[in-house]
Amino acid sequence: MHRFIKLTFSLLILGGAGFGLLSAPTRLDAAKLAATTPGDVNRGQNIFWQGGCASCHAASGATGDAKLVLSGGEELATPFGTFVTPNISPSKQGIGDWSLADFANAMTHGVSPDGRHYYPAFPYTSYARMQLQDVADLYAFMKTLPPSDNVAGPHKLSFPFTVRRGLGLWKRLYLSDQPVVTIANATDAIKRGQYLVEGPGHCGECHTPRNAIGGLDKTLWLAGAKAPEGKGVVPNITGGEGGIDSWSAQDIAYSLESGFTPDFDSLGGSMAKVVQNTAHLQSSDRDAIAAYLKAIPAHPNGYPAQ
Amino acid sequence: MKRLIAFSIAPLLAIAVLSTPASADAIADRQALMKDQGKAIGSIAPIAKGEKPFDAATVMTALKKLNDDAQKLDVATLFPAGSDKGDTTASPKIWEDNAGFVAAVAKYKADTAAAVAADPKDLESFKTAFSQVTKNCGTCHEGFRIKKN
Repeated sequence: MHRFIKLTFSLLILGGAGFGLLSAPTRLDAAKLAATTPGDVNRGQNIFWQGGCASCHAASGATGDAKLVLSGGEELATPFGTFVTPNISPSKQGIGDWSLADFANAMTHGVSPDGRHYYPAFPYTSYARMQLQDVADLYAFMKTLPPSDNVAGPHKLSFPFTVRRGLGLWKRLYLSDQPVVTIANATDAIKRGQYLVEGPGHCGECHTPRNAIGGLDKTLWLAGAKAPEGKGVVPNITGGEGGIDSWSAQDIAYSLESGFTPDFDSLGGSMAKVVQNTAHLQSSDRDAIAAYLKAIPAHPNGYPAQ
Repeated sequence: MKRLIAFSIAPLLAIAVLSTPASADAIADRQALMKDQGKAIGSIAPIAKGEKPFDAATVMTALKKLNDDAQKLDVATLFPAGSDKGDTTASPKIWEDNAGFVAAVAKYKADTAAAVAADPKDLESFKTAFSQVTKNCGTCHEGFRIKKN
């Protein structure tokens, strides 16, 4: 019996140590960050619209310049609980005191300046694929935005999702800076589209189904999924059955500019807000996204029939 | 014999027709109205895109059609309580926040009427009117529609 207790005790300690090591936050290589040039505000503005920051961090219903006030406080109701988006404006309550390294670690490693894991409701799992220069430019642009002193409330989660440290293990499974799909003979436009869609645009976060612990099922990349919030679905945007094979590349690019589908229905739900971002993109970038979507593997719908 | 069958089937048919819930009609009606507006938009979007030359008559016909359709959007008739059930993508939010929905529809009606009144005579003024009207599509579909397939 003594031996059993000893064994259990050692296993607990070993397990605890293992968990501690495996769940520890990782950080960006400082040398890589030092290799970037000072952020360019104008380039950063483009990246701001590519990343869709305003969709979750500006007040709901904000239009025009109000979309640039990133006061947070939006509630995202998900199967894991309700996440409240933080203030990311350049203020004391936001990211005003953050260094570029703080910002880049948050964006690409999902780690806060004080070393806590962020929940992946913040799509760093996609932003991890961003070029560091783009992150630096975005940082420079965000520093120019209006400050807000709003204090966003805490997330409303239940156990075990309250244990942030556990996210370290989750990240080992699902956080990667590698491309999602491999496209043979990709043109420059397709490569650019791949960067935008898989990186800053974070399209896969909603358009790809997730497993029980919230990891993306990349075998059904962009095949559509149950809506992360509430009812309904996020559509299949591959060329598979139920998807958008009948849309031409021009149709896709125009939908991202105007919000209209080829039969002049309008994109709705959370995509309506996305279009408010993509409408600001350079038209060559919308064309690139379209070229990529026409080139990815086709899948049937990634969600069960409703 | 045929007549006998006809006689016995007729009442059944009548029952089938009469028992179709009113909400199914409302769903079909509003969907037809939405499709019609999509068609009108589709007839002038290529002009806004710059794919077709500006033509004042074409634009006016489409704007009038849009406005006529918009004014037919009577929330109480087309979105009766309970018509979130069935073959529809209407969000329950239409009834949970009915005042908000009515206000959104009223804004759309006002914007289409203003576009007709503006009577655009050149591409730039048309684009302004077009954008003013079509902003409503996304705003309403963002909150009041649920995509199901």
